[in-house]
Amino acid sequence: MDELITMTAAELSAAMAAGEVSAADVTEAHLDRIAAVDDQVKAFLHVAANDARARAREVDARRKAGEPLAPLAGVPVAVKDLFTTVGMPTTCGSKILEGWRPPYESTITQRLRNAGAILIGKTNMDEFAMGSSTENSGYGPSHNPWDLAKVPGGSSGGSAAAVAAHMAPLALGTDTGGSIRQPAAVCGIVGTKPTYGGSSRYGVVAFASSLDTPGPLGRTVLDTALLHEVMSGHDPMDSTSIDAPVPPVVEAARHGDVAGLRIGVVSEFAGDGYQPGVMARFTEAVELLESLGAKVTEISCPHFKYALPAYYLIAPSEASSNLARFDGMRYGLRTGSGSAEEVMAATRETGFGAEVKRRIMLGTYALSSGYYDAYYGKAQQVRTLIIQDFDAAFGQVDVLVSPATPTTAFPIGERADDPMAMYLADLCTIPTDLAGNAAISVPCGLADEDGLPAGLQVMAPPLADDRLYRVAAAVEAAFNERWGHPLLAEARGLSAR
Amino acid sequence: MTVTYEEALQKYEPVFGLETHVELGTTTKMFCGCPTTFGAEPNSHVCPVCLGLPGSLPVTNRVAIEYTIKIGLALNCSIASWCRFARKNYFYPDMPKNFQISQYDEPLCVDGYLDVLVGGKTVRVGIERVHLEEDTGKSLHIGGATGRIQGADYSLVDYNRAGIPLVEIVTRPVPGTGYLAPEVARAYVTELRDLLRSLGVSDVRMEEGSLRADVNTSLSPRGSDVLGTRTETKNVNSLRSVERAVRSEVSRQAEVLGSGGRVIQETRHFHEDTGVTTSGRSKEEAQDYRYFPEPDLVPVAPPRDWVASIAASLPELPSARRARLMSAWSLSELEFEALRNAGALGVVEATVAAGASPADARKWWLGELARRANDMGIEVSALPITPADVARISELVAAGSLNDRLARQVIEGVLDEEGTPDEVVAARGLAVVSDDSALLSAIDEAIAANPDVVARIRDGKVQAAGVLVGAVMKATRGKADAARVRELIMDRLS
Repeated sequence: MDELITMTAAELSAAMAAGEVSAADVTEAHLDRIAAVDDQVKAFLHVAANDARARAREVDARRKAGEPLAPLAGVPVAVKDLFTTVGMPTTCGSKILEGWRPPYESTITQRLRNAGAILIGKTNMDEFAMGSSTENSGYGPSHNPWDLAKVPGGSSGGSAAAVAAHMAPLALGTDTGGSIRQPAAVCGIVGTKPTYGGSSRYGVVAFASSLDTPGPLGRTVLDTALLHEVMSGHDPMDSTSIDAPVPPVVEAARHGDVAGLRIGVVSEFAGDGYQPGVMARFTEAVELLESLGAKVTEISCPHFKYALPAYYLIAPSEASSNLARFDGMRYGLRTGSGSAEEVMAATRETGFGAEVKRRIMLGTYALSSGYYDAYYGKAQQVRTLIIQDFDAAFGQVDVLVSPATPTTAFPIGERADDPMAMYLADLCTIPTDLAGNAAISVPCGLADEDGLPAGLQVMAPPLADDRLYRVAAAVEAAFNERWGHPLLAEARGLSAR
Repeated sequence: MTVTYEEALQKYEPVFGLETHVELGTTTKMFCGCPTTFGAEPNSHVCPVCLGLPGSLPVTNRVAIEYTIKIGLALNCSIASWCRFARKNYFYPDMPKNFQISQYDEPLCVDGYLDVLVGGKTVRVGIERVHLEEDTGKSLHIGGATGRIQGADYSLVDYNRAGIPLVEIVTRPVPGTGYLAPEVARAYVTELRDLLRSLGVSDVRMEEGSLRADVNTSLSPRGSDVLGTRTETKNVNSLRSVERAVRSEVSRQAEVLGSGGRVIQETRHFHEDTGVTTSGRSKEEAQDYRYFPEPDLVPVAPPRDWVASIAASLPELPSARRARLMSAWSLSELEFEALRNAGALGVVEATVAAGASPADARKWWLGELARRANDMGIEVSALPITPADVARISELVAAGSLNDRLARQVIEGVLDEEGTPDEVVAARGLAVVSDDSALLSAIDEAIAANPDVVARIRDGKVQAAGVLVGAVMKATRGKADAARVRELIMDRLS
C-alpha cells in the first residue's frame, strides 16, 4: 500500500489502466495515509472517505465494463474547501460557513467527477483565502510536512500539505495573490496559477473576483499539467471565462525543452527581504536553464514594486462586497437576536476572523465615496501599468522567472500578529494575479539555512500556460538528474516516503 | 395652516423629475435562467445565482440588453458602445448578495427625451439615462402597524423577484410646467407606459409592481431659476398617484417654506389611502453605496450593427401613432385620450382597417362594447369579439340591414359565442324588415290609430312623426329601418 501513495498521478493512471491496481486500492491507500498522518499535518477539514470509496468502485466497474476512461479516472484529488461540492461541506476555512452543505457543484469539481477523479476531501485554507500560512483558518493551522513547526504557506496550504505529505497525488487550489504558488514553493511541490479566465470560477467562493484563479497542485510537473488540462476550458456559467482552447499543457509537460527560449530574470525581485539561501537556489536554477540552451537576460519591470499596495486595495475592496452576503439570513452561522440588522452584525462579528474583518474594513474604506479615486481608482491605474510592464517584457522574452517566494516556510506564529510581514510572502506572485497572466512554481532545491524547499517561479503571457510547463519540465528533469531523485525524496518529516 | 395647491402655485414654481423602474418582460431573469412569471409559489423560481449563494456567478441576459437598447432608442437616447455593470452595496435581507448589480456612471443609454401632450401643448421631458439592473427579493413584514420592517414581529422574504431585469429610466428635472406639473408628471408616466407596451418589452402592470415610479419634487420661488431642495417620493404605484404625489408634495413644501422652515432632502412615502406623503429615511444620513465596476461580468459592448438592426425593428411609437390617428380620424386631443384611456386604440384601428368608418368604430368600442367589457370586468380588447366582427356589424348597419338596436343584439350574440355576426343575424332572425310592402300595412294601421297625430303632422309639426315611427317599430318588433319607415310615413301623408 505504501508504494501507491508515492506514485505520481500519471503512474497511478497507467497502473490502473493496465489493471495492475484498482481505483479502490489507490483510494484506500490514500485514506490510510490520511488516517496515519493528518492528525499531525491537519491538511483536511473534511475527508470524504465513504463517498471516495463509492466513486472508486464505480470507476473500477466502468473500467471492468470496458468503458473508455479519462487519464485521471480513479486518481484521488484533494479539494480546497472553497469549491462548492454536493455531499461535502464547504466552509472556506470560516466559522461563518461551518456546516454549510452547498446545493450545487462547482464547474471544476464537476469536471473532475466527470473525468472519474476521486474527490477525497476538502482541505484547510486561510479563511476565505485571505492569508499566506493557513493560520487564518477558523479551524486552526495546517502544518508543513517538511517541518511541522512551520507553516505550509497559504492560502491553499491544506492542499499543498496534503500533496507534499502523500495524502493525495493532486490537489485543487485557488490563487488570488499567490495562494497556489507560494504554498507549493514552501512545501516543495508544483503549483500553477493558470491564465485568469482559463479555469472557471463558478462554484468557487469568491475572495476577489477579478483575481481569483483556480489551479492545480501536484508533486510533478506532468501531474500538475494533467489536472490543469482537466479542470480548464470555457464555462458559460462564468462570464469572465475565456472561450479559447486550453493551451497544450500536458504535451508541454512531456517535452521539457528550453533550447533557444528567451528567459527574462525580473530584476526587481531581489534584495532586502530575500533569504540568501532562496536566492542561491534561484540563481542556480537560472544557470541551469542557461546551460540547457535558454537565452537569459535581465528585465526590469519598474511598476512591480507598486503591486503589493495596489493588490491590498483591489483585493480587499472586492472582498468587502463579495463577503457581504454572509449575514446569517439564508445559510451558515446565525447569532444574535433582535432586528435583522442586529442579527447580521452579531453573525459577522462572531463568524469572521480578524484578518477577514481587517480586509473588509480596508475594502469598505477604499471604496467609500470621497476615497474611491485615491484608493481603488489609483490601484486600478497601477494595475494597468503592471500589465504594460508585462507586455513590454513579453515583447523581449518568452517567459519571466523569479523566486516564487522571498523566503522558505516560516515558523507557525512568527508572522501571525504582523500582517505586513505576512503580506510580503506574496511579493513575487502578486504581479501575475494583477495582470491576469499565467505562472507556475516548481521546486528548485533546499535553502542552505534551513534545509527547506525553495520554488522557481516562471511567468508566461495570458493563454501561454503551456510555456510554463515546458520550462518547468526541463527544470524538473535536469534537477532530478543532478540530485538523483525528486526533491521530496530529501524531505524530512512527513513528506518522506 | 394648510396651504392649498393653488396658493402654493402663486408663490412657487414646481420642478419635478421621475425615476421609473420597469420590470422587463424577458422569459428568464437578468443573470440566471430562472423564469420571471409573476405569482408563483414563494421561493420556487430561484437558483444558486439569484439566491446569491457563495460561489455562484451572474451571466448577462442578452434579451434584457436588447430590450433596454430598444427603450433607449425609443426615448431618443444615445446607446453606449461600451459600458459596465456596477455593484451597489448595502445590507438588506431581501438582497441575496447584499449588493445589487446595477449600473452607475456607465449607463447603457443616455441623453434622450420623451414628448408628452398636455392641454394641447407638447412638453419635452429630458431623459438623463436608462440603465439596467436586477430587482431585489420581496419582503413581507408581519406584525407592526406600518407594514415596514421597523416594528414588525418577523419578516418573510420571497426571492422569486430577485434577479428580474429592471430598467431604470431617469428624467432630467422638468421645470416650467407651472400649474400643470402634476398632470405633466402623470402624462409622462402614461406616455412611458404606452411606449413600453408598444415596444413589447414589458406588460407594465402597475398593480403587480412591474412599473414603479419615484417622484422627485422641489419648489423654486417664482421668478427664480434656483432649484429648491428636492424630496424623493417612493411607493407611487398608479398613474393617479403620480399626479397626487406631486400635488401633495407641492402643497407640503410650500407650507414648510411659508412657515419659515426648510425642505429636508429626504425619501418620503406616498400613501394611496390618504394621498399624502410622510417622511422616510433622510438622504443626509443616507448610506454610501460604494459603487464599483462589477468584476464578475465582462463589459457590455453592443456592436453598432446590432443597435442599428434594433433601431430598424422598432414599431411605430405612441407619439407618432397619436399624431397619425388624430389627423386621419380628425380627433381632438380629448377624443384621442378617451380612446387611449379606454384601451381601445388597437381595436379601433383594427376595426377601421377591416372597413368600418373611424366614427362607427369609435362609437361601438367606446359605447356598447366598453359597457359590456366594464360589466365583465375586462379590457375591451379582451372581449370575445374581433375588430372584423365589429366592422361587419357596422357594415350591416350602414347598409340598412341592421339598425342600432338590432346591432346590439348581434353583438350580444357574438359575445355569447353564437357565431359570426352574419350567423347571429341568421340564427336570431335579426334582419331589418326592408320590404316596403311589409311595412306599409303597419304604417297604415298606425295612421289609422292616431288621427290626432296625423293632423299635427299635416299642420307642419313634422317631428310628431316620431310617434308613428315608434308605433311601426313596435309593431315590427324593432326589425324595421326607422329611417325608411319615416320616409314611407311622410310619403303616405304628403
